[in-house]
Amino acid sequence: MEVFVQQLINGITLGSIYGLIAIGYTMVFGIIGMVNFAHGDVFMVSAFIALIAFLILTTWLGVGSIVLALLIVLIVAMLLTSLVNWAIERVAYRPLRGSFRLAPLISAIGMSIFLSNFVQVAQGPRNKSIPPMFNEVITLISGRGYDVTLSYKQLAIWLVTAVLLVAFWILVSRTALGRAQRACEQDQKMAALVGINVDRTIAMTFVIAAALAAVAGTLYLTIYGVVRFDDGFVPGVKAFTAAVLGGIGSLPGAVLGGLLIGIIETMWAEYVSSAYKDVAAFSILAIVMIFLPQGILGRPDVEKV
Amino acid sequence: MPDADAARPPLLRALRETALTALLAFGLFLPLIGFNTFQNIRNELVLETRWRLLAAIVALLAGLRFLHVFVVRPLVAQRTLQTPSITLPSWTMPAVLGFVIVYPLLAMLIAGPGAGKWIDNFGIQILIYVLLGWGLNIVVGLAGLLDLGYVAFYAIGAYTCALLGKNFDLSFWMMLPLAGILAAFWGVLLGFPVLRLRGDYLAVVTLAFGEIIRLVLINWKDVTQGNAGIGGIPRPTFFGLPFNASPEGFAAQLGLEFSPLHRPLFLYYVVLIAVVLTAIVIGRLRRLPVGRAWEALREDEIACRSLGINTTNAKLAAFAAGAFFGGLAGAFFTARQGFISPESVNFSESALVLAIVVLGGMGSTVGVAIAAVVIIGGTELLRELTFLKQIFGAEFDPAQYRMLLFGFAMVLMIVWKPRGFIGTRDPTITLRKHKAIDTTLAREGRG
Repeated sequence: MEVFVQQLINGITLGSIYGLIAIGYTMVFGIIGMVNFAHGDVFMVSAFIALIAFLILTTWLGVGSIVLALLIVLIVAMLLTSLVNWAIERVAYRPLRGSFRLAPLISAIGMSIFLSNFVQVAQGPRNKSIPPMFNEVITLISGRGYDVTLSYKQLAIWLVTAVLLVAFWILVSRTALGRAQRACEQDQKMAALVGINVDRTIAMTFVIAAALAAVAGTLYLTIYGVVRFDDGFVPGVKAFTAAVLGGIGSLPGAVLGGLLIGIIETMWAEYVSSAYKDVAAFSILAIVMIFLPQGILGRPDVEKV
Repeated sequence: MPDADAARPPLLRALRETALTALLAFGLFLPLIGFNTFQNIRNELVLETRWRLLAAIVALLAGLRFLHVFVVRPLVAQRTLQTPSITLPSWTMPAVLGFVIVYPLLAMLIAGPGAGKWIDNFGIQILIYVLLGWGLNIVVGLAGLLDLGYVAFYAIGAYTCALLGKNFDLSFWMMLPLAGILAAFWGVLLGFPVLRLRGDYLAVVTLAFGEIIRLVLINWKDVTQGNAGIGGIPRPTFFGLPFNASPEGFAAQLGLEFSPLHRPLFLYYVVLIAVVLTAIVIGRLRRLPVGRAWEALREDEIACRSLGINTTNAKLAAFAAGAFFGGLAGAFFTARQGFISPESVNFSESALVLAIVVLGGMGSTVGVAIAAVVIIGGTELLRELTFLKQIFGAEFDPAQYRMLLFGFAMVLMIVWKPRGFIGTRDPTITLRKHKAIDTTLAREGRG
């Protein structure tokens, strides 16, 4: 029982990170109908930006407070990653509006290869690790030789994720930008006719997706303390699985899917086999896509001529 | 803002865009190029700055942007729309075939005993990738099904060979067709559940399948020996004569002097024959009803179904045919290396083959072959250029940069010439007059 609760806590933490990345997939898919294959690598790039910002702050500028440093790191990573994703959209996806259907996906695959190899060449192929921080834990249940603990790190991740999700929800449902996004999602031509700048709205979607991925990247770095150039691929695929499981195009679905995938993965690693935990995630992906392509909260996709 | 822009003199406009590009490039590359992270002696991660490299990259990008805005764009605007048509002279094919046949002999003539590298690393490796490229080209280029897990079939072919050879002592000639057939069987098996998926979902599911197979190969240690890989796989023989220095060996039996070049030479011609046969088969397949169905499927699946084409069968056939050639390539890979490990079948290998197909112009058999030669041969050539090490330092390894370049080239290719350099979107069979249609026109629905 204690093990189960502990794994649940770990699963929710991991799931928060997947959920934040999954929102990026689901938003981009919703608005231009494209699987943004490079999104996982954008997440990895954001973790690297966070790593470098963290090192600059702590070792060069001597910022003593870890909380303050992480807050600045978070903002820097969000800004710079947004810039990166904006540039990617401008270079690799915008010229492809109206091209054949697989064109943006192939372009995104090229971008994904480019990003991970760029980081490998620019920063080296090794693991980059920072010293662990916030090691204090709250003991929730103790006894019988196994303590269920919730670390401050995990608590911080839950808190940050929750606050950002609320902010993001307000952005999408209450602001002019959110309205424009939903309009573009329904019909780009009509949206353009009623005076919405479609290109700018799509660019903003990529910017928001990247900002959330940057939050995920910073949190990932905080909790694992290590990042590598190829760390974007597997979390990216899992987050995409989460987006599909929740129902692609649906924002609450992405978060729900993320949490589910996170919990399934940690439970699988604990109770079944940790060597095959990625196989579990990939199998869920295949099974969901084949048998439940509309996901839990999504609308069924009607094929139009 | 295009209106306000147009009023400005061109030079001013170009300078303004250049400045913006420089600013953007600075922002993009500041963290990852401007700073380098590395471990010091105490194993702590520390930073160093690389301002000169950052400045060089920003300047390079700004310069390119200036050239593009000020020189290239006006030139392109002046040029009228024309359909490029490249017609190769009729002697091209025989000449190319002749060259690849005499290539190893030429290599031996020029390089002498060092020819092994040229036959093996260049010749056989390139031919294997040509085979892989053509196999994937059937699935991606002809049938329009984006398969991101293609390397799985390569892995199945390679491991079939390795396991059958090690455990049952089957000869290479028995295993070669088995590898292809088993891979094709898996192609159908994996293809079946994904058939009703839309294009991009299919891509992701095939990616998942590829990864599952790789992870199983890593973790099923009893059979595959995991990450350690399988070594000592029986090498191909010349009709039962092994290529070694023993009295029963190929050289001794034929009364020749033993040379380590015999095996690569033999394997080169075997792979070459397979490649030529593949080219013929693919050329025939494209003209068969199923081949025409593939091309129709690529253009419009719904129209296909309305015309009564059995899309399920056509897709399965594409998967099976693609997987078959992938399996053959895998068998040749083990024959060449004598060793296989999951390291050789990861996603980047799939990505590399996809890059070959995309850069070759999806659907073009000749284009894919050229792309394979340029990409694989180019990488190997870069390795040979030792003077680069003197310029960039001893740690310079061009292989590191190759995927970086290919990734970016894929993006450029799709943005600029989505059908490749050679691939004008020709159907293989046309009614009455044969028309070459430029991609821009095809996109507008003309032709």
